Amino acid sequence: MTKIPLQFRHNGRDVAIFVDGGTNLLVALRELIGDMTPKFGCGQGGCGTCSVLIDGELHLSCLTLAETVAGRSVETLDGMKQGPNLHPLQRAFADNFAAQCGYCTPGMLMAAKALLDRNPSPSRTEVIEAISGNICRCTGYEPIINAILAAAGGRASA
Amino acid sequence: MTRHRGRGMASINYPIGMNLGGDPSQALVHSNPSGKFTVALSSIDLGQGMKSVTRQICAETLGVPVEDVYVDTADSDTGPHCMGSFASRGTHRVGNAVMAAAREARGVMMEAAAEELEVNAADLETDGRGNIHVKGAPHRSISTKDVAIAAQFKQGKTISGRGIFLVPLSDVDPETGEMSPATCYAHACLVAEVEVDDETGEVAMVRMDSAYELGRALNPRLVEQQLVGGAWMGVSHALYETPEPYYPDPVHGPRDFVEYLMPGPGDICPHDIAVLERPAPDGPFGGKGPGEMCANPVLPAVANAIFNAVGVRIDDLPITPEKVLRAIKAQGGARPQARR
Repeated sequence: MTKIPLQFRHNGRDVAIFVDGGTNLLVALRELIGDMTPKFGCGQGGCGTCSVLIDGELHLSCLTLAETVAGRSVETLDGMKQGPNLHPLQRAFADNFAAQCGYCTPGMLMAAKALLDRNPSPSRTEVIEAISGNICRCTGYEPIINAILAAAGGRASA
Repeated sequence: MTRHRGRGMASINYPIGMNLGGDPSQALVHSNPSGKFTVALSSIDLGQGMKSVTRQICAETLGVPVEDVYVDTADSDTGPHCMGSFASRGTHRVGNAVMAAAREARGVMMEAAAEELEVNAADLETDGRGNIHVKGAPHRSISTKDVAIAAQFKQGKTISGRGIFLVPLSDVDPETGEMSPATCYAHACLVAEVEVDDETGEVAMVRMDSAYELGRALNPRLVEQQLVGGAWMGVSHALYETPEPYYPDPVHGPRDFVEYLMPGPGDICPHDIAVLERPAPDGPFGGKGPGEMCANPVLPAVANAIFNAVGVRIDDLPITPEKVLRAIKAQGGARPQARR
């Protein structure tokens, strides 16, 4: 099969790879770029753990054709840390014990970041809505919601 | 259309561990020359916090900082034997094994320190910050790192320990069938409040209140986290989840997350939890563990709450809107029961 050359920004860095036609973004990120932070859960958009931001908008990387991100900016959890410092959302997740097995955490954090980037002080209902495409099989939604609200509160008062 | 509120309760005594083969789990603890310790286990941490709790137990027993302990789990090719992470046994069984191993390793560490300080090991104590000193004379001190280096390169000792938890197999009484499958029990009581829609048959959770007695909570935040999430697994089993709704016919079985019902963030309700700590005499630092019982009382409590709300007794899980509606129809309408 012909390989397609593909260039895009990955967490602020230009990357150039060759993909097979039909390769999804999740596979491109994990297998060709080596960014393992987006997780494979269901492969059909049902669980949200592969969530990434494309030009700041939340997308399911398993349902996104890799070639459609040409020239665009893709953000994953790998790029969330600011140098040695955790992002306020990551800090809040740790402080609020918002991870149990941890498999949903990357997707939850990206969904939360997408929310706070466009709405810095969301209501509880807005937080619930923002993560409603993400499944936490440990059913730890309560601490996750609290963590996102805490991060928003911390940001607002800072 | 009316929405009926109902409240139901369930209490459980929950066994920690089981009887099979004496329920053994092993642990090995050793230091490396940097004075840090490794706990080798085959037990698996699947999100319940086994790594954190065994790390705490090991650090506390050795008398070293928790940062100095690394827990290596889940390789049954190379790790010591473990029956597994199930039966709510992790904290209690594996914790006991880790404690025994750490105790033996501490003995070697104190002997090695005694040789370096030229004192009797019985006169030494740990400060929990990585140092060992003579009781009452903190300046006569040596770091665990220097002890490890001395043991490795001078004394020719391995600072290590072995631990196993094993109980005598409990035989079944041929007359009565009586046996003692567990060494200790945890207890819980949960009250569920639901709202049942008599037109759609849908059941919505309104709130939960629960009390759990689980020995000493070795890591209170992890216990709380497990109880919060586990209760929702219980709700999910009570109301949503089924692999084959028309068992044994698999035709309509769900094939993926889109078809398999699970609670989402919008379904959750307030849950007030009281944790009662009565340290277990045979538990590691008194711990028994929340384990499976964080989910189990929810199912009967929800079924009872539905009966309280509309007067139908459904004993087939999950309690889907279809079952609720059929039962309401069969009895000629909703019959709310007395609320207490």
